[in-house]
Amino acid sequence: MSIEINKSKCIGCGGCRKICPGGLIRQDADKKAYIKYPRDCWGCASCLKECPAQAINLYLGADMGGAGSRMRAEISDDIIKWIITKPTGQTEEININRKESNKY
Amino acid sequence: MKTERITTDILIIGGGTAGCYAALTIAKVSDAKVLICEKAHIKRSGCLAAGVNALNAYITEGHEPEFYADYAMNDALGIARYDLLLSMSERLNSVTAELEKLGLVILKDENGKYVTRGARNIKINGENIKPILADAVSTLTNTTVLNRVNITDFEVRDNKIIGAYGIGTENDTFYIIQAKAAIVATGGAAGLYKPNNSGFSRHKMWYPPFNTGAGYAMGIKAGAEMTTFEMRFIALRCKDTIAPTGTLAQGVRAKQVNSLGEVYDDKYGNATSERVYGTVVENIEGRGPCYLQTKGITPEQEEDLKRAYLNMAPSQTLKWLEDGGPKEFNVEIEGTEPYIVGGHTASGYWIDVNRKTTIDGLYAAGDVAGGAPQKYVTGALAEGEIAAQAAAEYIKSTDIIEIDETDIAAHIREAEHFLDKSQAQFTVFELEEAMQKVMDEYAGGIKTNYRFNQTQLDRADEKIQRITELTNTLRASDFYELMQIYELRERLTVCRSVIAHLSARHETRWHCFAENMDYPERDDVNFNKFVNSRLVDGKIEIILRDIPGVAE
Repeated sequence: MSIEINKSKCIGCGGCRKICPGGLIRQDADKKAYIKYPRDCWGCASCLKECPAQAINLYLGADMGGAGSRMRAEISDDIIKWIITKPTGQTEEININRKESNKY
Repeated sequence: MKTERITTDILIIGGGTAGCYAALTIAKVSDAKVLICEKAHIKRSGCLAAGVNALNAYITEGHEPEFYADYAMNDALGIARYDLLLSMSERLNSVTAELEKLGLVILKDENGKYVTRGARNIKINGENIKPILADAVSTLTNTTVLNRVNITDFEVRDNKIIGAYGIGTENDTFYIIQAKAAIVATGGAAGLYKPNNSGFSRHKMWYPPFNTGAGYAMGIKAGAEMTTFEMRFIALRCKDTIAPTGTLAQGVRAKQVNSLGEVYDDKYGNATSERVYGTVVENIEGRGPCYLQTKGITPEQEEDLKRAYLNMAPSQTLKWLEDGGPKEFNVEIEGTEPYIVGGHTASGYWIDVNRKTTIDGLYAAGDVAGGAPQKYVTGALAEGEIAAQAAAEYIKSTDIIEIDETDIAAHIREAEHFLDKSQAQFTVFELEEAMQKVMDEYAGGIKTNYRFNQTQLDRADEKIQRITELTNTLRASDFYELMQIYELRERLTVCRSVIAHLSARHETRWHCFAENMDYPERDDVNFNKFVNSRLVDGKIEIILRDIPGVAE
């Protein structure tokens, strides 16, 4: 389980570094974020939701059956739009309204 | 070394669910100064960083608090404290109402009543439960939050807490904190045993890998009485992602089936431990893998499940998108490695009904507090509230006691000992791997289907003590690495207590949780009791205590 941070998209705000529950993210001299301990990621996706630039993707490690898809989150007001990109380039989106309860 | 000294009225150790709610409660009942020390950041720390899918401890219409307390007593097969469970259950609904006021979305029907999921659960959108609590805490004028400050030790004098020590992992600062009272709310312990995923995804576990048992370890070292570490929590989870299964079992009523397609739920019983045990036995007897039978659910149900998991365990939704969803494929399940977590079992501090530990001025809430299983989120809030009220009352008649400079110097020296080295033979990761292997093989991990005997436990104890000695040789190049060393040492301290407790319960009451092959039967004559312990002069002393009567 881990994340990858896209350096060219990262705006250097440090939001992900600030909230990572494991303290696993650092910023380099240009303030760009990077994950220092990728094996220690819990997969909670907190950083995805914190990132204003959609620079962070979550992926499943190969040891847990991951096949290379990546997931990011776009937040606008009460909507979290989860965008999943498959290795083929095909994308899927799931919208979640924070004001709506789960059905289950 | 950079040091900072802070004096406060009440120190809250851990800004998770229980800790945040304790701060909110103190602000309601007193003007005491409060300091929350949080090893991460309170916006996304603790068990609920990713969110939570339902409130599983709620008194639904037509039920009384006793209904919930009875359920938790029965699920623990009698080893729980009815007094604690009842005082918690009485508050489940008021803390839920408070959470809703703070902004938590709870599903309601057309009459404005909460929609239930079973007899004890209500449906929510809990993705942002931690940001909601953190926002509420940020409005408190008397509360200071120190994020990225990891408390490592209590300072106790004459059995009374007078302060604590901590390390700032972003500012490389050593903290000396003096307080009239403290509430420990650090959460429980993951990472003691070799996990399901032991390679690259080693932290893809159910319980947060950053909950390293600090609260338990500090209590053990300070001589507090602890209870029921032998009742380990082993969760039944989705394979690989180790995501929760309750949403499938309760949400779409998915049954447990083996590879032959036989439903086996009823064969083994429905207590939490029995549901795991059934899956273990089906696998041992050659009928694995096991699944939750979701095949055939409607497309709408599948979409709702994908959303529900995104709100608490997003990797499961990603897995479905990669491999095919639950309407086409049953969801494979497995038991996790054992965790120590007082929110689900009865492990933790031995406390009174005010959540006071056996150390004066020290209160415990949430996963570190023992005796009250099945707390879930609302139970942790309730305990945070009870502990906060008691601590606020306690400080009215107590003053700050200055910590001795010699004690401070000793703790700083200990930290410097790791920071000053230029090289080391082993790394934290290597010793952690060694610890997890020992626990897995000799103390009833996944490898032995959670089973153990005394010979194995003796081996485990010997090896854990040796690894503990080796931690003295570790080196840290900054305070984050120093925290990693302390985390490993906390885990090793908890491991030793877990082994001692497993050795002391000469029966098998809970399958998997404590499957003692020397004593495979339940023994109500001798072990309808709590196994408690205290560290005295470096030795773990076991104390057997009677179960208080329901009427008490």
